[in-house]
Amino acid sequence: MAGAKEIRTQIKSIKSTQKITKAMEMVAASKMRKAQDRMLASRPYAERMRGVIGHLAMAHAEYRHPYLVERPVKRVGIIVISTDRGLCGGLNINLFKRAVATMKEWRDQGAEIDLCLIGAKAQGFFRRMGGSVVSKASHLGDSPRVADLIGTIKVMLDAYDEGRIDRLLLIENEFVNTMAQRARTTTLLPILPSGEDELKHHWDYIYEPDTKQVLDTLLMRYVESVVYQGVVENVACEMAARMVAMKSATDNAGELINELQLVYNKARQAAITQEISEIVGGAAAV
Amino acid sequence: MAMTFHVDIVSAEEQIYSGTAHMVIAPAEHGEVGILPRHSQFIAKLKPGEVRVKPSEASEEHSIFISGGLLEVQPHVVTVLADTAIRAKDLDEAEALEAKQRAEEALVDRKADFDYAKAQAELVEAAARLRMIEKLRKQHKG
Repeated sequence: MAGAKEIRTQIKSIKSTQKITKAMEMVAASKMRKAQDRMLASRPYAERMRGVIGHLAMAHAEYRHPYLVERPVKRVGIIVISTDRGLCGGLNINLFKRAVATMKEWRDQGAEIDLCLIGAKAQGFFRRMGGSVVSKASHLGDSPRVADLIGTIKVMLDAYDEGRIDRLLLIENEFVNTMAQRARTTTLLPILPSGEDELKHHWDYIYEPDTKQVLDTLLMRYVESVVYQGVVENVACEMAARMVAMKSATDNAGELINELQLVYNKARQAAITQEISEIVGGAAAV
Repeated sequence: MAMTFHVDIVSAEEQIYSGTAHMVIAPAEHGEVGILPRHSQFIAKLKPGEVRVKPSEASEEHSIFISGGLLEVQPHVVTVLADTAIRAKDLDEAEALEAKQRAEEALVDRKADFDYAKAQAELVEAAARLRMIEKLRKQHKG
């Protein structure tokens, strides 16, 4: 009978764990919906900007902003966007794998690397891994604000302005759908204009105060908005990954409980049978 | 014929306003500018202030406060790329310094972490020694 009692406590503890994972799953599901809305809301801004930058880069051949010119790479800046909290499946691990692979790629080409880390998990990882971390931000919450990122990004932009880094990369999670998130590497700087078809119609803006100032502001805001988008998308990824991870945890707990329940019933039955046969045996002896 | 054009006011965080307008007044750096339909292409930096949108000649103005940004004008579309925070060069500078400091603090922290690990190892060793001594004592008594 000793076995039965142990099994019963085990079932109870698994049940309470299951309750927690179930609650986390539901919280993640409702947060994910909000995060997705936020992700969509931030898109038009960056899209409009990309359009304007594309046009400006085409229309103004005489003023080449440093952000638009490619130069030989001696040092690379990498911005890594991770989550603050764990329990979200392999989301961060996949991201860090990508980051390490990218870093190795550039190191093999003889470039050094400066890191800018967003999210507590990335900071923990690179503290163990080593690497020169020049700026960081964490605990941005579920609804991050651009204001919280300005400083962190500016460190990297300044480094680019001063020629300390020659390329700025962004490593982030891409939200494919609820079930799938992918690590993605994008080049933030230099911005290489892609649309050649712009040249067909020749017109130009009237600038106020002047081309340089407008372009400076525009490019800076653009980089910020791309990073911000990455952060918002990362929140959506985190919630989706957590939802899936917690769902499978809840399912596994259910299976475990079923199995244990079966073992418990058998043990109970065996104990009763034994007791009866003992009584019968005793009565026969008398 | 009523002449209108499309206005989008967007910030990095959300779409603030979208609709048609008869006239838009925005606080550009060198003074307020009023945009009417079929204005030629124009791009300007905005300073903190209010953007006023007039949906039609007779109607009330919508007034939206922005903390700076950019104004882009195409003949039939006007876009205001609004900043979400008050921006100033020295303010940005302070933010950047803070982010750097956080990174440097972590370096100090790393040392703290290392010391913690070391201390833990020492603790484990000390505990093992204590157990050893106790065992020896019992043997002596017994």
